[in-house]
Amino acid sequence: MSPSPESRPAKRDAALEAAAAQALARSPRQAFWHGAVQSLPFLIVIMPFAILFGVVALEAGLDLAQVMGFSVLVLAGASQFTAVQLLSDNAPVWIVILSSLAVNLRMAMYSASLVPWLGSATGRQRAGLAYVLIDQTYALSIQHYEQHPRLSMAQRLGYFGGAALVLCLPWAIGSWIGATVGQAIPEEVALDFALPITFIAMIAPMLRTIAHMAACFVAVVAALLLAGMPSGSGLLIAAPLGMIAGALVETLTERRAAP
Amino acid sequence: MTGGYSDATIWFVILVLGVGTYLIRWSFLGALGGKAMPGWVLRLLRYTPVAVLPALVAPLVVWPAATEGQTDPARLAAAIATLSVGVLTKNVVLSILAGAGTLFGLIYIAG
Repeated sequence: MSPSPESRPAKRDAALEAAAAQALARSPRQAFWHGAVQSLPFLIVIMPFAILFGVVALEAGLDLAQVMGFSVLVLAGASQFTAVQLLSDNAPVWIVILSSLAVNLRMAMYSASLVPWLGSATGRQRAGLAYVLIDQTYALSIQHYEQHPRLSMAQRLGYFGGAALVLCLPWAIGSWIGATVGQAIPEEVALDFALPITFIAMIAPMLRTIAHMAACFVAVVAALLLAGMPSGSGLLIAAPLGMIAGALVETLTERRAAP
Repeated sequence: MTGGYSDATIWFVILVLGVGTYLIRWSFLGALGGKAMPGWVLRLLRYTPVAVLPALVAPLVVWPAATEGQTDPARLAAAIATLSVGVLTKNVVLSILAGAGTLFGLIYIAG
């Protein structure tokens, strides 16, 4: 498309332009498959997580139906792990619910940031999208939409649908495998620590900025100081303190960066 | 163990979490439309996972239930290994493997 393919930037521009033209030319069905294929690498993380959830939940005393209830109805890894952990601590039900929902509050942010791209879809389509709005479908779709702003609504929905199929269905399948296979794991294996390790592994890549580290640090210190409180309730104080710390540090660093 | 709950209670938790999580996801896309969230709300929301999850994990690492609340060197080392590999590589699977490897390695050595 570019007339001068010799120079390197021009070559890159041409490649980008070709990719853009290709994205715009896809039928909704092709957009669906495109989204599905681009989601495949994420399965490397999602499958082991799903299996681990099944194993840990079974270990905590849930039955297979309840494990599947979590993975199909809640469909949110971190909050499912949070709920199971607090249930095995015998925390009061309202604390289990509040803490697990708090973990999912970030999804309100995803929902808001998709409005410019998907806000004009039909009510039923948006209701369907909301069910499969998870970290990975959000991350993939938003970067695809931003890269190709001129996609039609059908192409956007197709892409999201493809990603959702590949990312959400294995979550349920993996949980089922974990809850079924988990019964075969011998007692001696130290599974009690699977959950803390999983959570730490999820947190580590999030510590991108000083503000994120501050939020984490304050939350950890407060949680340790408040550990004597009745099961789980220290969390409800420690977590908001961490959030406030993160927001404050973000405000301060922005102010310093401003001219 | 979840001995303290009836099956009905656990299903209640699952249903409330399911509906609640769905409403969070649906919120802006479904009902609030283009209405912008105030900046300070977005700012707080950005730090929910990075505050809630560490606050949940920290006591489990320092006072593990499996050792009746006694700080356990193997579990502490496993947590540090997971965090270090996670921060350095940003790779979730690698850091889980590092943590699990450290834990089982140390438990095996300790006999």
